Amino acid sequence: MLEDITMPSLGADMTDGTLNEWLVKEGDKVDVGDIIAVLETQKGAIDMEVYSAGTITEILVAPVAKVSVGTVLARLALTDTSSQAPLKKERTETLTTELKTSDVTKEGISQEVNTQDTHSQHDNSQEAGVNILTAQVESVQAEAMQTSRVLASPIVRRLAKEQQLDLAGIKGSGPQGAILLADLNAFLANDEHENISKTASSEQNMRQAIAAAMAKSKQEIPHFYISLAIDISAAQQWLQRHNKNKSPDERVLLLALLLKALAKSLLKYPQLNGFYQDASLPSSVFQGDVSQGEGFKQASAIHIGNVISLRQGGLLVPAIHDVDKLSVQEIMESLRDITQRSRTGHLRTSELTDASITVTNMGERGADSVFGVIYPPQVAILGFGKNKKELILANDKVTEVDKITACLSADHRVIDGMIAAKFLNYLSKQLQQPERL
Amino acid sequence: MNTENIEQLIIEAIQEVAPEIEQDDIDMDEDLREECDLDSMDFLNYLMALKQSTGISIVETDYSQVSTFNEMLSYLAKRLN
Repeated sequence: MLEDITMPSLGADMTDGTLNEWLVKEGDKVDVGDIIAVLETQKGAIDMEVYSAGTITEILVAPVAKVSVGTVLARLALTDTSSQAPLKKERTETLTTELKTSDVTKEGISQEVNTQDTHSQHDNSQEAGVNILTAQVESVQAEAMQTSRVLASPIVRRLAKEQQLDLAGIKGSGPQGAILLADLNAFLANDEHENISKTASSEQNMRQAIAAAMAKSKQEIPHFYISLAIDISAAQQWLQRHNKNKSPDERVLLLALLLKALAKSLLKYPQLNGFYQDASLPSSVFQGDVSQGEGFKQASAIHIGNVISLRQGGLLVPAIHDVDKLSVQEIMESLRDITQRSRTGHLRTSELTDASITVTNMGERGADSVFGVIYPPQVAILGFGKNKKELILANDKVTEVDKITACLSADHRVIDGMIAAKFLNYLSKQLQQPERL
Repeated sequence: MNTENIEQLIIEAIQEVAPEIEQDDIDMDEDLREECDLDSMDFLNYLMALKQSTGISIVETDYSQVSTFNEMLSYLAKRLN
């Protein structure tokens, strides 16, 4: 059984990505979760994982190449047929273009671009999807034609891609006008401002990605908002006891407790943990949690996306997987890990695609509360505000307590206010017994 | 260890979490988390970096004694000298 490995969609806003490097070759055996390639996307450099075990039989796209989401990059012969995707599309038509330029230097300058995509023409319910895929194939072909006109060695292409340079703008001095490394170096030396515009352009890319996702969310999702001030005194005391005499790398932050309490609450209120499937969304967004038709699909696991603000501006939302199954200490380690990798690169594709709900913690930045915008196709986002001390009257006594405001933004197509309110109260209850989290 | 050396270690620890910050950017008597825009994860990583370079593990109950650059300087100086 063969499975296609495609350029993944890291969000409804992503249309294409660049294959920078293969970490496997044809004939290599891979296991679920192995990193097989490095991609460059609007969300930075991403490690691409494989979702089934098997042997790589064919590599169809050579790096460095920019291709549309859904483009088949390689094929995998599955070792375990039971692990095959539930919505496997039948391959009934294959489009192939192969563009070769003759060897023009002694190193052999050549490039081969294969674009293949598969879809079923028999299944009427997938007709919209077929049109999208066809359009993608056509656009990839067009791009392949365009790049094939510029002659350059693989090293030059790689460097140009790294520097985000358009090779069409560089004059080549090699045979038939081929661009040599010396031409590229000369171009770079003449173009000092290139570095500045490169940084600016990656920030701009991320801005565009955020803009597209948030505009889509606000246009399509009927949000409603509900909040609760939660007493976290017990949680804070537990943290103080836990962190006492621990070295900094073993300490736990409040957020880890909040995430664990959220995961436990989602087990009780699974309506908040999943995706609203829009007929126009590609099924790849759901990765196995998909079934046909429009409407809410409950996720099969609790993967919590965490909003991580980047120092240079912009943000990423990597997920921590199976939070309900992790201890508080393990959640803390995962938080540390994704924060680090969000800033240095090497987030994994799954981390950016399969979050089933999102958490944003703007209390860290001094906000009393945050009413977040849902990240489609999710149906809820939970925002935490800052810790505030309050005096409360309880059992005829005035006591000082720590409180944070939790705000739930939810998709009213899926969830009603009553469920949302009950959910927040259940979350609060979990935080009153932190030792049981 | 002299004051200059300790200052250098603090700056290096800050730059591990906030590479763009220079010593001139910091008001030495203002809250460092606000000066350098550090969240609690950044602050923890800053303490980890200091632990690595100085061997001193700053306990949570001492956080209030190390909130500014100068406070951290005197806190470490007392323990390193």
